[in-house]
Amino acid sequence: MPLITHPHLDAPDDFYEALIDAHRELSTADSQALNARLILLLANHIGSLDVLRQALQAARDSRPA
Amino acid sequence: MTIDYQHHRFDYRRSPDQDAGAPVRHPVVVVGAGPVGLALAIDLAQRGVRVVLLDNDNTLSVGSRAICFAKRTLEIFDRLGCGQRMVDKGVSWNLGRVFFREDPVYHFNLLQDGTPRPSGPAAPQGGPRDPVQPDSHGGHERPAFINLQQYYVEGYLAERVAALPLIDLRWKNKVVGVEQHTDHALLSIETPEGTYRLHADYLLACDGSRSSVRQLIGQESKGRVFHDRFLIADVKMHLAHQPAERWFWFDPPFHPGQSVLLHRQPDDVWRIDFQLGWEADPDEEKKPENIIPRVKALLANSAMADAAFTLEWASVYTFACLRMAAFRHGRVLFAGDSAHGVSPFGARGANSGVQDADNLAWKLAAVLQGQAPDALLDSYATEREYAADENILNSTRATDFITPKSEISRLFRDAVLQLAKTQPFARSLVNSGRLSVPATLCGSVLNTADVDSFAGRMQPGAPAADAPLRCADGRSTWLLRELGDGFTLLLYGSEPHPLHAALAAGLAAGEGAAPVRLLHIAPAASTTAAARIDAEGLVAERYDLRPGNAVLLRPDQHVCARWRQPTTALVRAALLRALARA
Repeated sequence: MPLITHPHLDAPDDFYEALIDAHRELSTADSQALNARLILLLANHIGSLDVLRQALQAARDSRPA
Repeated sequence: MTIDYQHHRFDYRRSPDQDAGAPVRHPVVVVGAGPVGLALAIDLAQRGVRVVLLDNDNTLSVGSRAICFAKRTLEIFDRLGCGQRMVDKGVSWNLGRVFFREDPVYHFNLLQDGTPRPSGPAAPQGGPRDPVQPDSHGGHERPAFINLQQYYVEGYLAERVAALPLIDLRWKNKVVGVEQHTDHALLSIETPEGTYRLHADYLLACDGSRSSVRQLIGQESKGRVFHDRFLIADVKMHLAHQPAERWFWFDPPFHPGQSVLLHRQPDDVWRIDFQLGWEADPDEEKKPENIIPRVKALLANSAMADAAFTLEWASVYTFACLRMAAFRHGRVLFAGDSAHGVSPFGARGANSGVQDADNLAWKLAAVLQGQAPDALLDSYATEREYAADENILNSTRATDFITPKSEISRLFRDAVLQLAKTQPFARSLVNSGRLSVPATLCGSVLNTADVDSFAGRMQPGAPAADAPLRCADGRSTWLLRELGDGFTLLLYGSEPHPLHAALAAGLAAGEGAAPVRLLHIAPAASTTAAARIDAEGLVAERYDLRPGNAVLLRPDQHVCARWRQPTTALVRAALLRALARA
């Protein structure tokens, strides 16, 4: 299955707000830890190693030049 | 009488070979009387092969060292005639507990069909205080692991060696020269009474990670060295309550930032491994005055707070994951640590070495006894190189989890541990060592590919899973106990298979090209007078068998072929393939 890269979120603005809210009042270190837990939770939800590898590659490919 | 194996000295004895005019010729010389060399010598001798076994020292292992012996290794020791002694003496355990900082994270039971699987709920808070959970071994004769000091394992193997007249064990015989020839190796051996030479048709190097044979033939073992140090302490203390479990702490309050592993051993000895980091000074850390406070801190954090203890043995180690590019160099074959090295997490060192011996012995015996061409030994190298890669991969991954090498690696590691307390999925990511299970040799040239469809893990190349059986007279037995020393054809069915008689006659008449034992197993419900009964249905379940099916097992108890509808011709072809004659 290809990684979904077209718009797929139910409510993009609501999600983005919730994401930033989740980090409210956290130190940078705590935020980073939260992000790590979040990645792990989402990865388990996705399950497919193939899709996860595509996502890892896409994230790496889109880093600033 | 109890023998102090740890301090026992064996006698050097002069061999008549030392007085011979020309180098005496031997079919097999094994170098190194550790667990691998001893097991290999026993296996060969049991198969009728004469063995000279050389060791440069005259002692057994000091300290617990390898400590964890896995189910598969115990099954091999059963075949070698000393498994029961090991199990009787060892501490059997299937349960592992993992802690992160102050809290229990989860526990796993290793005998849920042989693979480590996480399970919850986590242990109660606060350290070792649960009663021992008596655990059946889930339809296997042997537990997932026993803890047993390496000196007992070597001592019991050495005593088995002493009972086998085909083995000539020579202590204080150090190999100092190896000359390779097309059909033999010429060895120079140093003894307290001078140097002599031997001619070996096959030289088996089981002489450990710093193998002199490897150096003498100009070979190397290469890989990744880890920049970390670990302190191992064997601590003697008597506790009223002794959990037979594996306890692993990540970043505990009593040893912050590092990991700690605790195991119970026989004789009231506990093994503790403390991660120290690369900066630690090994000579300082080995001093009792520095070890004792570490042990006290651990105990203070548990229900064992006031236990009195004495220090038996301690060592500081570093490790690397490496292997030789090839385990066979002409007439010289490498097994165990000489061929490959792993980190200690997962108990894959000694266990994989004994599996090397298990793989090599029957093949070398078949070659020496004219049942198979020399090419069969090439399959030893390819199969065990594959297994070594699997062990190295698993142990490297565990090492990277236990000792994260970057800030981000530690961040994810800690996130996994934090989530594991409440989220079952995260427990499958916790890696405190993927504990030794034997490799399935699925790509082996000795396998006959399936022509029929089967489910389950007993594919060609898989080490045979054990299962309980009942004999016609009501006696209980185990599948692995019923396998022969050579090949075994397992025939499943209520009635004797229509081809049973034909197979039996054909194989007995030598059509099989090697001796094959027929093992007829009937389902529990059947009323047939089968040799063995699948009392709990676990043979059918684990091997996905229906009446009329057959499985061919190698002498090292690996599946090499299976059929829904076996014929003598199919069995014969599979046998020839498994002997590298096809």
